[in-house]
Amino acid sequence: MTAAGGVAPVSGRIRVRTLFFGVYGEKAARREGTADLATGSTVGDLVATLRDVRGFDWLPERVVVAVNHRYAETGTPLSDGDEVALIPPVAGG
Amino acid sequence: MHTRDRAGRPEVRIRTRITDGSLDAPGPFEDLSDGSDGAVLIFQGRVRETNEGRAVTGLGYQAYGEMAEKELRAICEEAATRFEVGAITAAHRIGELEPGEASVVIGVAAPHRAACYEASRFVIEEIKARLPIWKRERYADGDASWVGAPDSGGAPAASAPERREDVREGEG
Repeated sequence: MTAAGGVAPVSGRIRVRTLFFGVYGEKAARREGTADLATGSTVGDLVATLRDVRGFDWLPERVVVAVNHRYAETGTPLSDGDEVALIPPVAGG
Repeated sequence: MHTRDRAGRPEVRIRTRITDGSLDAPGPFEDLSDGSDGAVLIFQGRVRETNEGRAVTGLGYQAYGEMAEKELRAICEEAATRFEVGAITAAHRIGELEPGEASVVIGVAAPHRAACYEASRFVIEEIKARLPIWKRERYADGDASWVGAPDSGGAPAASAPERREDVREGEG
């Protein structure tokens, strides 16, 4: 699998692609980005990084997340190249 | 007559789409149904001109396209295992809509009406609970806001949408 960003992450790290939808896209002022994390990181680790390192403190700690198009849990492990979507309350219909 | 799957159950025909094209016509559906279906039900959800007392001038729908396609199909497949139906079609609109325009259309064909109503209700409720689509309301006063977002007074996200127990309904 290739890393989500162009250049490969340093050894022992993974790179995931992050997608921000709805109000989160507005708050983050972007629709997508990348995040480098330690190998073995989980969805919860990514959310903590976004909140604490990137300053996205408006993200709920238990925000709904999808990994590669499937709803995931806080403990879901992440792999290099994963697509992780931050999902605000849905409003279809 | 419906074709049958390996278990001998009639195979349910499913068609889904996420589209920026108009949904105001029910869409192609007759080809999914046949003489074994004695009931056909079409549900259309439309943009309402008011929400919580505010005049709405339009809605912008945003989707996580690839996931929404998969999830809408999964919802219909779940409905097909729960209810005695012959065919299901579901389409959701994205982009900018005006009041009165259809945002969602669900068609169900089944041998009997009870399963039609149950399956149609199941599909719309699951769409509302888990289809990754968001809407931004525009108001007459020029303001706009994401529906359900924490700042607009909606319930904050707590955890992934709950999966229901995989129990078949509507069968003896």
